[in-house]
Amino acid sequence: MDAVFLARLQFGLTAGFHFLFPPTTLGLTLIVVIIEALYARTKNEAYKHLSVYLVKILGTVFVMGVATGIALEFAFGNNWAAYSRTVGDIFGAPLAAEAVLSFFLESVFLGILVFGRNRVSPKTYRLSAFLVFFGAHLSGLWIIIANSWMQTPAGFRMEGGRAVLESFWGAAFNPSTVVRFVHTILAGWTTGALVAMAAAAWLLLKGRAAEKAALLMKPALVLFAASAILQLGSGHAHSIQVTRTQPEKMAAFEALWETADGAPFTVFGIPDEKAERTLLAVRVPKMLSFLVHFDPNGRVLGLDEFPKDERPPVLLPFAGYHLMILCGAAFVLLGLAGVRLMAKGKLAASRRYLRLLLWAVPLPYLANETGWIAAEVGRQPWAVFRVMRTSEAVSAVVPAGNILFSVILFGALYALIGAAGLSIILRTIRGGPGEGAPDSGQGGA
Amino acid sequence: MESWDVLRNIWFLLVGVLLAGYSVLDGFDLGVGALLPFLARSEEEKRTLIGAIGPVWDGNEVWLLAGGGALFAAFPLAYATVFSGFYLALMLVLFALILRAVSLEFRAHDPRRRGLWEAAFVGGSALPALLFGVAVGNIVGGVPLDARTEFAGSFFTLLRPLPLVFGLLGLCAFLMHGAAYAALKSEGALRGRAQKTGRVLAAAFGAVFALSLIMVRIYLPTALASLPAWILSALVWLSLGLFAAALKKGRDGRAFLFSSAAFLGLWGMVGAVHYPHLVRAADPGLSLTIANASSSALTLKVMLVIALVGMPLVIGYTIFAFRVFKGKAGASGPGY
Repeated sequence: MDAVFLARLQFGLTAGFHFLFPPTTLGLTLIVVIIEALYARTKNEAYKHLSVYLVKILGTVFVMGVATGIALEFAFGNNWAAYSRTVGDIFGAPLAAEAVLSFFLESVFLGILVFGRNRVSPKTYRLSAFLVFFGAHLSGLWIIIANSWMQTPAGFRMEGGRAVLESFWGAAFNPSTVVRFVHTILAGWTTGALVAMAAAAWLLLKGRAAEKAALLMKPALVLFAASAILQLGSGHAHSIQVTRTQPEKMAAFEALWETADGAPFTVFGIPDEKAERTLLAVRVPKMLSFLVHFDPNGRVLGLDEFPKDERPPVLLPFAGYHLMILCGAAFVLLGLAGVRLMAKGKLAASRRYLRLLLWAVPLPYLANETGWIAAEVGRQPWAVFRVMRTSEAVSAVVPAGNILFSVILFGALYALIGAAGLSIILRTIRGGPGEGAPDSGQGGA
Repeated sequence: MESWDVLRNIWFLLVGVLLAGYSVLDGFDLGVGALLPFLARSEEEKRTLIGAIGPVWDGNEVWLLAGGGALFAAFPLAYATVFSGFYLALMLVLFALILRAVSLEFRAHDPRRRGLWEAAFVGGSALPALLFGVAVGNIVGGVPLDARTEFAGSFFTLLRPLPLVFGLLGLCAFLMHGAAYAALKSEGALRGRAQKTGRVLAAAFGAVFALSLIMVRIYLPTALASLPAWILSALVWLSLGLFAAALKKGRDGRAFLFSSAAFLGLWGMVGAVHYPHLVRAADPGLSLTIANASSSALTLKVMLVIALVGMPLVIGYTIFAFRVFKGKAGASGPGY
């Protein structure tokens, strides 16, 4: 196995595992803020118990995110030294800014959220919850800025083989930053909301703390349905942006081998990259052109427009993109069905729907991961789109054997802490909201 | 050109401040973690110590991420050379830090495997406490770099006498600092044990510090010739003496301030000996310095604005959080 492949495996493993947690945090922090606001307005103690319950879940999810994020701060120097030398002038700043402006904020106030409920006033506690929410989202913005610059680099010039910053705002708000930020945040809200809904559904099915569970279900469902519907718009806008700025990536998403006026949308298929055709393809004629140009006969560039050594692989981006869209459609249906049941007042009694929610929990994680895989594999063969190849970005001095060692080390570590973390999160969820706030505000041990 | 130089100097200082801040803040919770089996005799005492660091360790650790991020942003060539060159050693540090971060949470919620997570926490605290000093010893003492300023050694290159002594020195400093914090946050027999351990560690630190001064004199003959290096070394000795005296008198808070001062003195010495280097090369012509490894003036300027806006806020709310959790930590107090 060559070093480039292993370095990509290492990054994919560590970033992919990490990416299970921050989206959950985005959604859960928002729900904690909502529940705290409802508590402040209604003075209903049930909301306080719910907040204690959610903060306990959030605590474990957050720690998993922090722990797995540490490796990523250093990953660019570890495995991508050539990349760091070439584009460090632009790429390092958002990572540093993320630590200074967001990591401190979320970490310090999460400490107060988890351990300080009885040491600060309710108002300060609410403010702490908001600051954790704000810090988590700001952190998302900085990392999306960094990643989007790799997708659609801007605001720089090349000088002596190194990228040099010309405009901070141009680099930060490059053509894909805003739409990718919105897309990622909505994905996080969908994820966190579904986790909260599933927790409420579990309690309702078991007939435990049913009133509190119903109080949690309502705002979580509204957030879930709203995010899923808004995601249709943001996903669409993101696709249009990719078509404009990274046409070969869109061609890979859709396995569009040849440029076409009136390109079809491929609903299903198995791309065969060697033969450059799609097996068992089910297509909606002219749909892709309509979606990305609002014109059924608009021209969409195919892979044939690009030299072979500048084309992304097709199978993974195609499969990831379509799985993600499928999940997104399922969320819209699941959200609308829930809102309809809620309007009829039948939500808490609909055991089938509640069970469906439990089974649906893996789907946002599948959507997040497949969407991320589509985005990053679709960027290949470039580390920085049309600027620097991935194969030129790796650390020249790290032997393949060392990377293999670290892949095995982290694979084993993540299997261990993933299993332990999941079982603890599930146990906390099954424990349900307590009666009265425990005096430590944490209730563990 | 001139303002670029000013910015480079400011960022040399700021990266140092972030790393020193990391040592002072995460230093005590690494120290408490590594000392846990030696200080705490019962589950109750363990919970007191863990409860004392539970609410704050996460924010403390961010100082390392900020230091790493700042090094990447300000001096990408040094970041690239060090982190790829010290690959295996850093993988061990990361492995330890990740395991340590989750093990506190898991220990509280997974009673059946409490022993496993506790061992992970102790080991995960001790290993970085040792290896951080080894890393500093290497970049200060010098490593082989090739013509492209890439690291030209192996894992074992990192384990030479000077870096190993620096590693021991760092370990003593972390442990000493952790003992003072443990004394500050505990009562009764546990507090007495922490104070006694702190004094023993102060003696060990003194011995290793003396040894490392001799080693630096041997390996970098001119490094200690400057006045700042002398003043800072006097500051470390003074802090050390006052630390031991404060612990003896039961002034734990003051002892904690003096172990912090000792850390700052050590980082000051690193700065005085190392400036303007970032990575000293065995061949002096190949060394990475603030002049040849930095980002552009624009990037340094943007980063400076971010730091000037962000860091005062960070320091403000970190002080606020420490005040929220001030006082003795009981086994039933806030904590795990």
